Amino acid sequence: MDSKPILELKGISKFFPGIKALDEIDFSIRCGEVHALIGENGAGKSTLIKVVTGVHQPTSGKIILDGAEVHFDTVQDAQAAGISAIHQEASMFYELSVAENIFMGHHLKSGGNLAPLDWKEMRKRTKELLDKLELSIEPDELVKNLSVAQRHMVEIAKALSIDARVIIMDEPTSALSLHEVEELYKIIRQLKSENKAIVFISHKFEEIFEICDYFTVMRDGKYVGEGTIAESSINKIVEMMVGRSLDQMYPKVEAKIGQPVLEVENLTRFGFFKNISFTLHEGEILGFFGLVGAGRSEVMRAIFGIDKLDFGTIKLWGKTTHISDPMVAMKKKIAYIPEDRQSQGAILKMNISQNITLALLDEMCKFGVIQKKKERRVSERFYRKMEVRSAGLHVDVDTLSGGNQQKVVLAKWLATEPKILILDEPTKGVDVGTKAKVHEFVSILASQGLAVILVSSELPEVLGMSDRVVVMHEGFKTAEFTREEADSEVIIKAAVSEVEV
Amino acid sequence: MNDIAKSFVSEGRLISEDSLKERLIRLVTSWEAILALLFIIEFVFFSFNAPYFLDSFNLLNASFSYTEKSILALSMVFVIICGDIDISVASIIALSSLAIGWLASIGVESIGVLILAGIVVGALAGALNGLLITMIGIPAIAITLGTQSLFRGICNIVLQNKAYTEFPDDFAYLGQGYLLNTDIPFELVFYLILAVIIGFVLHYTGFGRKLYAIGNCTSTAIFSGIKVQRIRFYNFMLNGVFSGIVAVFLTSRIGSARPNMALNYEMESITLVVLGGVSILGGRGNIIGVLIASFLIGYLRYGMGIMRIPGKYMIITTGFLLIGAVLLPGILDKIKESRKLRRQQKEIDAERSGN
Amino acid sequence: MNGLKALHKNREAMLLLLIIVSILAISIKLPRFLHVENFSNILSDSSILVMVALGQFLVILTGGIDLSVGSIIAFCGMLGALINMNFPELSPIWCVLAGAGAGAGLGLFNGILVAYGKIPAIIVTLGTMGIYRGFTFVISKGQWVTAHEMTKGFMSIPKVSIFGIPSIIIYALVVCLLIFYFIRYTRTGRELYAIGGNKAAAVLVGIKEDRLQVLIFTICGLISGLAGVLWAARYSAAVNEMATGFELMTVAACVLGGVSISGGSGLVGGVILGALFMGLLNNSLTMFKGMAFYQMFMQGLVVIVAMVFNELMARSSNKVVLNRRIK
Repeated sequence: MDSKPILELKGISKFFPGIKALDEIDFSIRCGEVHALIGENGAGKSTLIKVVTGVHQPTSGKIILDGAEVHFDTVQDAQAAGISAIHQEASMFYELSVAENIFMGHHLKSGGNLAPLDWKEMRKRTKELLDKLELSIEPDELVKNLSVAQRHMVEIAKALSIDARVIIMDEPTSALSLHEVEELYKIIRQLKSENKAIVFISHKFEEIFEICDYFTVMRDGKYVGEGTIAESSINKIVEMMVGRSLDQMYPKVEAKIGQPVLEVENLTRFGFFKNISFTLHEGEILGFFGLVGAGRSEVMRAIFGIDKLDFGTIKLWGKTTHISDPMVAMKKKIAYIPEDRQSQGAILKMNISQNITLALLDEMCKFGVIQKKKERRVSERFYRKMEVRSAGLHVDVDTLSGGNQQKVVLAKWLATEPKILILDEPTKGVDVGTKAKVHEFVSILASQGLAVILVSSELPEVLGMSDRVVVMHEGFKTAEFTREEADSEVIIKAAVSEVEV
Repeated sequence: MNDIAKSFVSEGRLISEDSLKERLIRLVTSWEAILALLFIIEFVFFSFNAPYFLDSFNLLNASFSYTEKSILALSMVFVIICGDIDISVASIIALSSLAIGWLASIGVESIGVLILAGIVVGALAGALNGLLITMIGIPAIAITLGTQSLFRGICNIVLQNKAYTEFPDDFAYLGQGYLLNTDIPFELVFYLILAVIIGFVLHYTGFGRKLYAIGNCTSTAIFSGIKVQRIRFYNFMLNGVFSGIVAVFLTSRIGSARPNMALNYEMESITLVVLGGVSILGGRGNIIGVLIASFLIGYLRYGMGIMRIPGKYMIITTGFLLIGAVLLPGILDKIKESRKLRRQQKEIDAERSGN
Repeated sequence: MNGLKALHKNREAMLLLLIIVSILAISIKLPRFLHVENFSNILSDSSILVMVALGQFLVILTGGIDLSVGSIIAFCGMLGALINMNFPELSPIWCVLAGAGAGAGLGLFNGILVAYGKIPAIIVTLGTMGIYRGFTFVISKGQWVTAHEMTKGFMSIPKVSIFGIPSIIIYALVVCLLIFYFIRYTRTGRELYAIGGNKAAAVLVGIKEDRLQVLIFTICGLISGLAGVLWAARYSAAVNEMATGFELMTVAACVLGGVSISGGSGLVGGVILGALFMGLLNNSLTMFKGMAFYQMFMQGLVVIVAMVFNELMARSSNKVVLNRRIK
């Protein structure tokens, strides 16, 4: 291993209006090294990647490549310097072919400036890349016809299509099954032997300990520390990551499990999920775990009446109920806190009070006119209850931090006084303090008799909070565990395994 | 403890931001204030430069030339706040007018029936727009671009190059009459009443709040149990109803129904709405701004008319106003944003030097 | 396997079939319709639409729309005709160049406002639609330029026969080939699909949306400007109201040709066939007595039906994909 770093970041900061996304980050990576970048959701990893790849320009700080300071004004600059990335959000063009997706932005040409694009060569190279990844897809296949896992593999092929010295992989395995992950490891080892530098971002410690040599930890946009994997332990890294011990993170209160409140049977929505059955009891926290694209959110959306079901029955307190739209679900005392806080949970350009009362607007009205006093009373109560920190109720939600935004969304749904609470990735992108607070809150609610469904991609969260865990894979329920049976090994296995038909 | 201390600091800072200076800046940079100022400047300018401009009878009479487009703008506010757009309104006016003219031509004498016919036809046309947009899920701009020619096309087929010009005697009052014994046009009064109603619905009712929610973030609105498609449908239908009302006034005022009537009204009413500070992307704006904008444009046209500036310059001015009205808030936002970024930087620098 | 490709092929085959069936249906009623001369006439008439529809196609591909094409045609047609009237000794080529250049300039103005002013294309072009039409009145002082004020050379620009084919058809053909090459074989062309398909992803691969928007609005303006001069020459008149409502025709041609109105998909072939069908429709309506008044209605109807059809087709093909994903 070369001791001199190929890529070094010194004191990188990035501000967005109202947000300090990165604060004086230091990072360095050597050739032939697989370097894990570790941090919770919202720690700033993805922003850092965007700075390194030229998507964003840093507010301050230096990027040093091969000992010389560089500035990446565009993605092409970074690519030309030999930096390539697999971004976290699947950044695909669905209407275009696999080959085109791989070469978008750097199409191959058969000659000089005016020469036409060389489609034949692009197809050939695509085929080679796909073969290397052992993917049986045609280069001409349209991406919209691929499965979620296949799309992620194409993303990987895209990153490899550039002859890069530094390859950044932002959660490359979040939607991959076991077999595909093995393929990825093979590729990474090969790249390592070719003396490339690889930045590897993952939430799964097994992966980090399997494939990485070195790690850097980030928390709340700041640099926390680094070290070699071989001389470290999971507990040590987690502590660095979270900034407190695990017991404080998952303050599960024992609750009395009561009557079944929600029983679903054979729920099916063509193309999304099939034959999903489970039961939820009073006072219970039911965890839902699975890879990205496993269909967990889709099940919840259907239960909440946003999407139509093709088959299946939903029983509430023993009575079969048809939930045709969210209004019906809310009347039946179901609340759904969606995954994407900023585009599904809150309305950023409205103030806190308006956000909190949005789901019960009709109750705030007399003859259609909003009763300002009533609105203020209700929103103030839940603002206090959730301990939102702001200059007041009149402040627009987009000026709040991620954690406080999430508290507003929670306040909004608690204001509907639900009996069944569905939480979809409730701690995604919030700071550690809020995260612990959300967990504590959910735990207390459950102990008061609320039935809670917790959809999460973070295994420690699911393990720490749930009374039972349902695992899904590619639209099917593959396993269900009690708190005692559940451990990370069996859950992961159920989440990545194919179903036997 | 640290958290609490921090929150106090931030609260303190935010309150100090609300100082007199900040509040003054916010008021002066508010869109309505800028519009009002422009209106005053325009008024003073024409008072000195255009003969007979400053005459109460003339000023009131000039309202005939802008109330119809302004009425159209009112319901357009709902559509645009929801993030939609409707460019078929002028054609709906022609269609409604056709219905009124046809009924009058076959000898219907009742003013009530004529008014009702105009409104019902408008409502049906609007409902067709709404249905195609919400049921099939095609962008509003595309559908209304199509119905724009569909509706006017019907007028072309029925009327060819003829026009209906026979109307009952009393019908003229609606678009030409004055309130009781005053110099105040009936149309103007009607417009102001409608503006108050629309403003009340927009700013004081749950329905109005829902419009803002949809325009700001459709999926949050859906997740909050708001029936988004139904509300959008109502908006397009309301737009049809208002077009019908405008058709009644316009037909009454010009005394005829022709296929090429109300040309460009869609552009002018959208300009009023956008100039009034309603964001074309939805979710932002208020009725006061639109009201001021309607007077601003109305008297600009009137003043230019008195100064004998040809109408073609009015088209050009309107076009530039439309673009400028969207361009300027964007630039203001950019400035505010960079101010915010700079303040952040300063705070951090201060924090560092403090440490 | 290549489900969508087959569908696209089907779409073009379907349009072709539609065109042939319409021609047959019309010629049963009107036998003189089938004459070669008449066909050449219809093709000439449709040429302008084909060209401008392709310009519109580029804009729609990126998720925008250009409502000002009709006004650009009027302005540039008027400009070309005025130059010809005032400087009859000047070669008509200069009129063509002036028109195309002016069109490019007007398109550039649209593009800059959309790209750097961050204003939605619909608003910008709704505004400039009025502005450019107003400019037309300003330069013409409200007057027409009629046939006897134009030189023979000017009027023959679109009519000169090359290998027995009127030159206007050749112009259209050249535009078709250039746009086809641009869309299929250049990086910039492919990047248009990326912007319309997934803006966020386009940014991640380093595509500069701003510059592309300026470019395509300029191209669209350029084509419209050229079309304007051809229009004035072909009909031997430059009228202030010319090409009013033409923007709808171009959008209709695109939608009919299978271009998604929200951007990111569509093929050149489809647009050309769509434009030809619209041209045929318009032309045949004028050949029946009294049917000219049906033109506007039919255009609106075709746009709406085509959009509804596209949407339903897309839905059903999505369903097929979804059903394949989880059996």
